[in-house]
Parts: sequence; C-alpha cells; structure tokens
Amino acid sequence: MTDTQTQTAPWHQVVLETLKRNDVRLVPYVPDRVFTPLIKALHEDSFFTTFPCTREEEAIGIVTGAWMGGMRAAVLMQTSGFGTIPNAIASLVCPSQIPAVIFVSERGTLGEFNLGQAMVCRTMRPVLDALGIETHTITRHDELAFIVDRSIKQAVATQAPVTFILSPLLTGGKVFAA
Amino acid sequence: MTQTPAPGAHNAKVMNRFELTKRAVAQLKAEEAVVAGIGNTNFDLWMSGQRPQNFYMLGSMGLAIPIALGVAIAQPQRHVVALEGDGSLLMQLGCLATVAMLKPKNLTMVVWDNGMYQITGGQPTASAAVADIVAVARGCGLANSAWAADEDDFDRLFAAALKDGGPTLIAARIDDKPGTGTTDRDPVQIRQRFMVGLGVRK
Repeated sequence: MTDTQTQTAPWHQVVLETLKRNDVRLVPYVPDRVFTPLIKALHEDSFFTTFPCTREEEAIGIVTGAWMGGMRAAVLMQTSGFGTIPNAIASLVCPSQIPAVIFVSERGTLGEFNLGQAMVCRTMRPVLDALGIETHTITRHDELAFIVDRSIKQAVATQAPVTFILSPLLTGGKVFAA
Repeated sequence: MTQTPAPGAHNAKVMNRFELTKRAVAQLKAEEAVVAGIGNTNFDLWMSGQRPQNFYMLGSMGLAIPIALGVAIAQPQRHVVALEGDGSLLMQLGCLATVAMLKPKNLTMVVWDNGMYQITGGQPTASAAVADIVAVARGCGLANSAWAADEDDFDRLFAAALKDGGPTLIAARIDDKPGTGTTDRDPVQIRQRFMVGLGVRK
C-alpha cells in the first residue's frame, strides 16, 4: 500500500498488509469480536493459513513449532486470553528465543462493562513487563503500520517475542448498550 | 495404586515407554521431526539417542502436540511425531480437535498412558480409571486413533502412520518405570539444534 492508502485503509487491512509484507503466513487465533474483520480478511486471503484454536496456549505452541520449522507466525487473542498464557510464554517462548508475534484485542478499559475483563486486563502489562517482552499499545492509526512493521522485523532479528495491544482508541473496541 | 485400564484399552498390554520409544525411533529413516513432551517422555527420547530432529520441551506442559502441529504446517514434506504423556494431553485435550480440523497428513501423535502424573509423585490421572484417550481422540474427529495391543502392534501402527496417511494417534499403556535419564536443560541450544536438524538454520 502507498502511504496514502495506509492512512485511509481500515486498521485491520493495515495489519493484514503488514503481516504479508513481513512474510508472516500463519495466524492461529482465538476469536474476538473486535478482531472479526481481521480474522475474516485473513481467511479470505490465500496467502495466509489461519484457523481457530481451542486455547491461546495452543496457538502459542503452534507458533513456536512453525517458527522452528521456518515459517513466521502471529497469534490473535483477547485480553482475557492473554491471561491464560504466561506459563507458555515464560517456559517456552522466552527461554527458547521464539519471535512470537502476539496481537491482543484490548478489553477491560475505556468503557468495559464486564468486571472480569477489567480485572484480567490489569494483569497483562505487569506480566509483559516482568518477562521483559517488547510491548506496544497501539492507539493511533497513523502509527500502526510503522510500529507493527518495525517491531516484527525487530522480533525476528533479535529472536524475541513482541506483543501488540490494540487499544479501543484504534479499533473502536467493543461497544455495549449502557 | 493399581491402574485400571480405560474401557477401550482393557486388552492392551502394559508396555514400557523407553522400549517403545526406541522402537519408534528405530523406524525413523527420513529425518522425521520428533517433539517430546515434558518429563519422562522427554527423558526417554533423549536417552534413545539425540537426533538433531528431536525437540525436547522443558516447560509448557501440554504443548507437545501443538508444537508438532506447527512444525507439520511449516514443513508439510516432513513427517512430524509428537510424543506426549496422558497427564499432559489431558491438560490440552482441545488440541486434538484442532488437529482433526486441520487434518495434517504428516502428523503422528503417540500418547504414553501410565494413568498417573508420574514425575510429581504418581498421583492418578483421569485416564487411570475413566478417560479413554483413544475414544476422546476419535470423538474429536481423529478417526485414525488406536490403542497398541502389544509391541508388535505398536510397530505396525507406527509404520503405517509414517506413510503420511495421518493425522494418526497411537496410545500405549505403559508401566510405572521412571525415565531412563534426563535431558540437558539449555532451551536455546535445544531449539537451535532442532532448527539445524530441520534445515532451517546452518
């Protein structure tokens, strides 16, 4: 895409094109409402192998195997899903130096209606900080392509995972009837 | 406690993990990848001979099959074998449904079922009394799932699985003998050797 196209394309198209540009072909996910247009677009593009997993941990294992087999991969999940994977990240991804690319659809903030989501959201950044994982909370459309593109390249070059937390400020988040 | 076999396994002989691991490895002639789960599964694979195509999972209990699935997707021309224990698989049963949905022809899953969490003190697993791993696998959609009746049957099932007709799951009842050694504990070295073994790194 040209810079102008990137500025006008919806966020999920920018993510898809950036994954493609970086040869990230495998995208296992656990579904999320906000990520639905991205997931749909990935399924419709034959460049990608994408499928749902039963748990986020499972997707982390698949991404790890794929990397070791020579295929770049990203995983999509929701905030609560991130809450289920610290052991897999701490005992597999980090010590094995796997450049897992993790996209998290951020729930639990900016208008959350589910207390459980709000609570689990508070565990996410401390866990990422404790493990020293490169993390970007993306709020602005004009920074999206740059951050994702550069950070995937960094993940591969430094053999380290990266997490992108896609804020409701970028995606619109999940809206509920008050 | 005495293991009562799961319903579908009542005729299966109780075998030994290290012996069966050696039998499986002896059949590998085409640089097949092997991903072994945490604990004794790993240890017996290590002691069977350290092939460059072996990956020894040191943590992340339950993820041997998902890791193997990832390798199988990335390298469809290479056969991939996951070795996993019953307790580990019970932690991540959903992966069987995912494998069944994707139908990778080049993936074989071997489950060592001793009916216990052996390395933590021999506490019983659900498969000791009620959960039938093969029935679970078939219920998930893995039609090529079977208990190995004895060593010869294991050899036959494993040989058939390696012909890329998968995905295949082979379950084996095993005794309570501990692992025969321990792996090195260097995750980076293990990962790097594996990638060299798979031709991804030089």
